[in-house]
Amino acid sequence: MRLGLVIDMDTCVGCHACAVACKQWNTSGTTGALTDYRPYGEDPSGVWFNRVRHYEVGDYPNNKTVNIPMSCMHCQYADCVNVCPTGASYKRPEDGIVLVDQDKCMGCNYCAWACPYGARELDREDGVMKKCTLCVDRIYDEALPPEERQPACVITCPAHARFFGDFDDDNSEVSRLVRERGGVKQMPELGYKPVNTYLPPRITRPIPIDDVRANRLVSSVKDWVNKMVAR
Amino acid sequence: MHPAFSVILFTVISGAGYGLFILLAAFHLAGIGPAMSHGELLAHGAVSLGMITLGLMLSTGHLANKKNAWRSFMRFKTSWLSREAVFAVLFYPFAGIYGLGVLLQGAAIGPLPALAGVIAAVLAVITLFSTGMIYGCLKTIRQWNTALTPANYIMLGIATGTTLFAAIATVFGNATAMHAGVAMVALVAAAVLKAIYYFWISRVNGPTINTATTFNRATVRLLDTGHTAGTFLTDEFGYDPRKDTIDNVKMGVFLLGFVAPVLVFASILSGAPAGIAWLAAVSSLIGIGMERWLFFAEAKHVVRLYHGAQTCTNSLAEPARGRTSVAPVTDPTDARRWELGDTPGGSGS
Ligand code: SF4
Ligand code: SF4
Repeated sequence: MRLGLVIDMDTCVGCHACAVACKQWNTSGTTGALTDYRPYGEDPSGVWFNRVRHYEVGDYPNNKTVNIPMSCMHCQYADCVNVCPTGASYKRPEDGIVLVDQDKCMGCNYCAWACPYGARELDREDGVMKKCTLCVDRIYDEALPPEERQPACVITCPAHARFFGDFDDDNSEVSRLVRERGGVKQMPELGYKPVNTYLPPRITRPIPIDDVRANRLVSSVKDWVNKMVAR
Repeated sequence: MHPAFSVILFTVISGAGYGLFILLAAFHLAGIGPAMSHGELLAHGAVSLGMITLGLMLSTGHLANKKNAWRSFMRFKTSWLSREAVFAVLFYPFAGIYGLGVLLQGAAIGPLPALAGVIAAVLAVITLFSTGMIYGCLKTIRQWNTALTPANYIMLGIATGTTLFAAIATVFGNATAMHAGVAMVALVAAAVLKAIYYFWISRVNGPTINTATTFNRATVRLLDTGHTAGTFLTDEFGYDPRKDTIDNVKMGVFLLGFVAPVLVFASILSGAPAGIAWLAAVSSLIGIGMERWLFFAEAKHVVRLYHGAQTCTNSLAEPARGRTSVAPVTDPTDARRWELGDTPGGSGS
């Protein structure tokens, strides 16, 4: 098994709901608490497993805002695990999930240095490294109804931009999406072979912008009326 | 990368300690140079072991969870940090046997302690190499991902070791032209290697904001990092010294680290009192301290690409070259820079 996420950059609206759901679930989960520093202070900060960043892609007028949520990619070649001197970081052979054993971690930050995707954050309160667990405590919880055995981010996404599944299974929804939509990986040249895959925005008809203020008779009359009539 | 003070002190101090030990073993066991008195041998050994131990203790300074530090020996198979820890500790028993031999038998030690001394010296080189590989093996930091990195750690350790070796020899009135000569050769070799490294990292390349975001056929600009204040990532990787700071420190590295010590030894060779070798030792340690700061400060982690850097070398504050202008980022941790009415990049041209 090779569990991971597919994230649709076309439908992601950048609402940060996944990040908040992740924070909520995991702060009370196996790796919690995810400490907040100065929560009511000037510059509140804290540990998050999932961060959403916003980019402008392309040049005006053919530009587009793309939101990119990023968490641990559960890389197939996980250098974060190789560099860890204590053995606290490990990759589960059975499903490929990369985890940190908090009883072993010495908080040296070395794994965070080795991760290209910024997926690891040190909890300064606990002194140990924390990262996305792919909600390992949800997806295997037999007490939950089957449709809820998914990572919190996937369940919560209002735009349905996130999918969870087994990439080794050719018939899974994630494999199908990657196939049909031409899924892409971030920084493949580093060779980490991230499992999480992103779906590029679909090609759509450009939204016309040149006729917004077209000087038609109706709009001229409307403008004139709007100017004359005091409300 | 944010330079951690404890790591700078650790690598400089224990690096010099290992260098000093290598020099001691080479001079003593291979019979190079003048015969050393019992006291001098012990002094060299004590200073080197003291510096190594002090450095190793300082190295735990940056751990967030020190009580688990002993676990760092557990992953010898894959982790260079683990290997460094193992070799650093393995060094002690061999150095100890050698030291005991010197303590009991003086300069004329038996074959067993001598063999232990050779092994300890080899382990010292391997430890320096492992320290370098901790950084050299990271694909995420292009400025470190080169064979030059471990080579530099070894050479700089030896170079600072030679200055100390020459300085301590003066205390015992045993400083010779050979000491000064060896120090000069090591310093010049280290300087050349460092210069090659600086030349190399000025033209390093690698991932860009395009491959990081997967949009390889378009310009990509950061609109918003998605957080309102600094995060672990911006603290750790967002360190962005100004170019002139870097240039000034680089000047310091060469002047204090290499030029001044070489001049000191040159003047010793031309008749100045040998005692000024201490100046060279202190100056080279300060210079290499600056070198270590620069080593971190100049390294740019690829995660910066997600925070607005366009390539893995340019600073977060630099607008994309040859592209539509981007709002200049003055403070990489300030996510509110993209304020309304202040978006020169947004309207295009
Ligand atoms: S994304 Fe980072 S933390 Fe996750 S497996 Fe890959 S290298 Fe490790
Ligand atoms: S911070 Fe913890 S998990 Fe990461 S490399 Fe160090 S010991 Fe391993």
